[in-house]
Amino acid sequence: MHIDHVEQARNAGEQVHHFHGGLHLRHNKKISCATPLERTPLPGLLIVPLLQQYGPEAEATVKTGQKVLKGDEIGCFAHLGGGHIHAPSSGIVQAVARRPISHPSGADGWCVVIEPDGLDQWKRLEPLTNWTDADPALLRQKIRNSGIVGLGGAVFPTAFKTDEAIKQEIHTLILNGSECEPYISCDEMLMREEPDSVILGARILQQAIGATRTVIAIEDQMGVVNLALKQAVESAGDDNIKIVKITTIYPEGGEKQLIQVLTGLEVPTGGRPADLGMLCQNVATATAVAQAVVEGKPLIERIVTITGNGIRKPRNLVARIGTPISDLVEQCGGYTNDVARLVLGGPMMGYTLNSDANPVIKAANCILALTESDIRPSQVEMPCIRCGECARVCPAVLLPQQLDWLIRNQQWDDAADSGLADCIECGCCDVVCPSHIPLVEWFRFGKSELRTLAVERKQAETAKHRYEARDARLLRIKQERRQRLEEKKRAIKDDAQRQKKLTEAISRVRARQDRNE
Amino acid sequence: MSRKFDPGVAPHFPPKLSVTGVMQEVLYALLPGIIAYTWFFGPGMLVQILLAVIFALLFETLMLKVRKLPLKRFLGDWSAVVTAVLFALCLPPLAPWWIALVGMLFAIVVAKHLYGGLGQNMFNPAMVGYAVVLISFPQVMALWLPPRSIASHSLTFGEMLNTIFTGSLSLGLSWDTISEATPLDAIRTSLASGRMVSEARQSPVFGDFGGLGWEWIANLYALGGFWLLWRRIISWHVPVMMIGSVVALGLVAYLVDPGSNPVPLQHVFSGALVLGAFFIATDPVTGCTSNRGRLIFGVGVGIITLSIRSWGGYPDGVAFGILLMNMAAPLIDRYTRPRIFGH
Repeated sequence: MHIDHVEQARNAGEQVHHFHGGLHLRHNKKISCATPLERTPLPGLLIVPLLQQYGPEAEATVKTGQKVLKGDEIGCFAHLGGGHIHAPSSGIVQAVARRPISHPSGADGWCVVIEPDGLDQWKRLEPLTNWTDADPALLRQKIRNSGIVGLGGAVFPTAFKTDEAIKQEIHTLILNGSECEPYISCDEMLMREEPDSVILGARILQQAIGATRTVIAIEDQMGVVNLALKQAVESAGDDNIKIVKITTIYPEGGEKQLIQVLTGLEVPTGGRPADLGMLCQNVATATAVAQAVVEGKPLIERIVTITGNGIRKPRNLVARIGTPISDLVEQCGGYTNDVARLVLGGPMMGYTLNSDANPVIKAANCILALTESDIRPSQVEMPCIRCGECARVCPAVLLPQQLDWLIRNQQWDDAADSGLADCIECGCCDVVCPSHIPLVEWFRFGKSELRTLAVERKQAETAKHRYEARDARLLRIKQERRQRLEEKKRAIKDDAQRQKKLTEAISRVRARQDRNE
Repeated sequence: MSRKFDPGVAPHFPPKLSVTGVMQEVLYALLPGIIAYTWFFGPGMLVQILLAVIFALLFETLMLKVRKLPLKRFLGDWSAVVTAVLFALCLPPLAPWWIALVGMLFAIVVAKHLYGGLGQNMFNPAMVGYAVVLISFPQVMALWLPPRSIASHSLTFGEMLNTIFTGSLSLGLSWDTISEATPLDAIRTSLASGRMVSEARQSPVFGDFGGLGWEWIANLYALGGFWLLWRRIISWHVPVMMIGSVVALGLVAYLVDPGSNPVPLQHVFSGALVLGAFFIATDPVTGCTSNRGRLIFGVGVGIITLSIRSWGGYPDGVAFGILLMNMAAPLIDRYTRPRIFGH
């Protein structure tokens, strides 16, 4: 990295920068911020999906009929080497079976179904009260075993992220408190109501990755949050935590965009924030870390925003993972009569749910119920008129219309060169396109094709190597055989010559003898 | 009780714009200019617009049928109407009816659909149509009227219709009495006969900056252009660079040789410069997509327009400027690709 860039990265948050494109969207956050946080009551059945995060499904570590305590490990991600899904309450495992889960594909997935016993009895907790003296590796171990994932919606395993990051020198921890999508207010409510927990989590994370300072980014309209966090920082007596207000332009809460806003630097393509000496975590993730370390509690609940014009009383709830979404909606006064669509996540990147019987998952930052007038009626797609609006709003500085054309014409190499992999799927281009082309869907398709192509190319490469090796072997055998044959021929020829010489010699001798006689 | 919902695709937002919406906004933005045109030169232009729109929709329907495309969706996009109106605004008000027929044939059938239809055409259809009739029928394309305030004989609506549909003038009228050179023509002919620009400007067809009447039409086109800018239908890059380059180069020429070059503002307020800058060169399909590309595109059109006006064989060069830069647009786009985030 350039020497100026190191300085610039270390000064993250001192100056607020801009990123390319983006959209000014109506926030729609206030409607769900008026009522304080409340816990959802224990449901009749907890359905805990084993697919909760980026990567493959976890394996169930419990059997049907087994009794579990609250916080017991029930699922394990073998490829990450640790326990990652925990029982949200005490009770009996009723089944380990395939159930509808909340997933973009809409498919069923393996779930651990727990019938709560109503006691809500914790397992033996192992808090780490003197965390300030703890070894960073021990803190990371604690994070790993508590099933903590990025709670901003990407649900990338936090332990994986920290372990990757500390391979490089990390100087700054960035806590992302800017919910980029409209409607979502779970982080705002968290920072308002539990600022001390956020700050505690920040300090623990900072120690776990060996950073020297923390920057907490919040949106410019979060006045109450700013005050609450400042007070919490003061009472914690930590000078290394800085709170920065940034302008609300979608998608400023995206990791790469946030870092650009705070530093003016771009995370290199294919790289990570760690390349700039930074680690980015969501504020709710920090709170989960604080609970895991100081109280010993694994991640079994999260704050969910239940909102939209399709909900009677929008608000934020603290819900156990595995609670049916219908329970949360009921606690918010139910649906309005004109509800038409149920979305998990925000209006820009969220995906629709087929049913509200689906359980709350770690990624569920928001349940958005929309009415007919909020949503996009099915549009007739028109040809692209090259207006360039998509390029104007693209935060990755791509030319979406060009990419779209390349993907449709299956020009994969050109698409890859044009930065298809750099698309963050924020959906800005979809919103502004006058021809209503589903650009992001094409890009997702294109990306998966590129991945398949890369695998195929690798296989082809391997096959080629094998073929070449076989060819070389066959050639060698052939050459050896020919060599042997030639040697033999030569030997026979030599033999014949010797014979000839011998006969000649004999005939000479005979001739001499004849002369002598 | 659980409840089922229908699936849908993000973004969960009503769309902000549509192709139809864009085309309609362009038409709204042209209204002030069209009204001014009618005010100064009579209702002939309205007849030309009507004719062009009818022929455009006829050819569009025909081509959609031939190409087996949904009629409702593509006729409803209003793009053929925009092409027709822009084409008609370039015609002399008394042009015979078959000019619109030939123009629209080349605009809609050749330039648009034979190149692949909406979004695929390389050249601006309206300008292709105009270039074809300008080159093929130079005489009828030179039959311009003077502004009504200085006309020796003001044509009635009936006389106008008669001329457009029969090609001949009503009894007692001659082309010499009713037609008048455009300001750009006036300058060209007077320079050719060895006179100075200042002498040419003595002609009553001139106003304060450009041609009498023309300058007001240009003002109102610009007003529509500002509306489009404000509505974000177009970006500032092409109009500013196109007009800016004409003014800058025109200023240099004027300072070097004020005798044979008009003041630069006259260039702006004559001919199709303002119409072209805001409405035609900004056509997204045939222009550049990146902002840097649009800057180059605008400068290119400006330079070519001024060159044709100063040294070329035609009094105005906006159409040829745009068509030539249309050709260069893909190349410009290729070399003005922005740097991708993180690369």
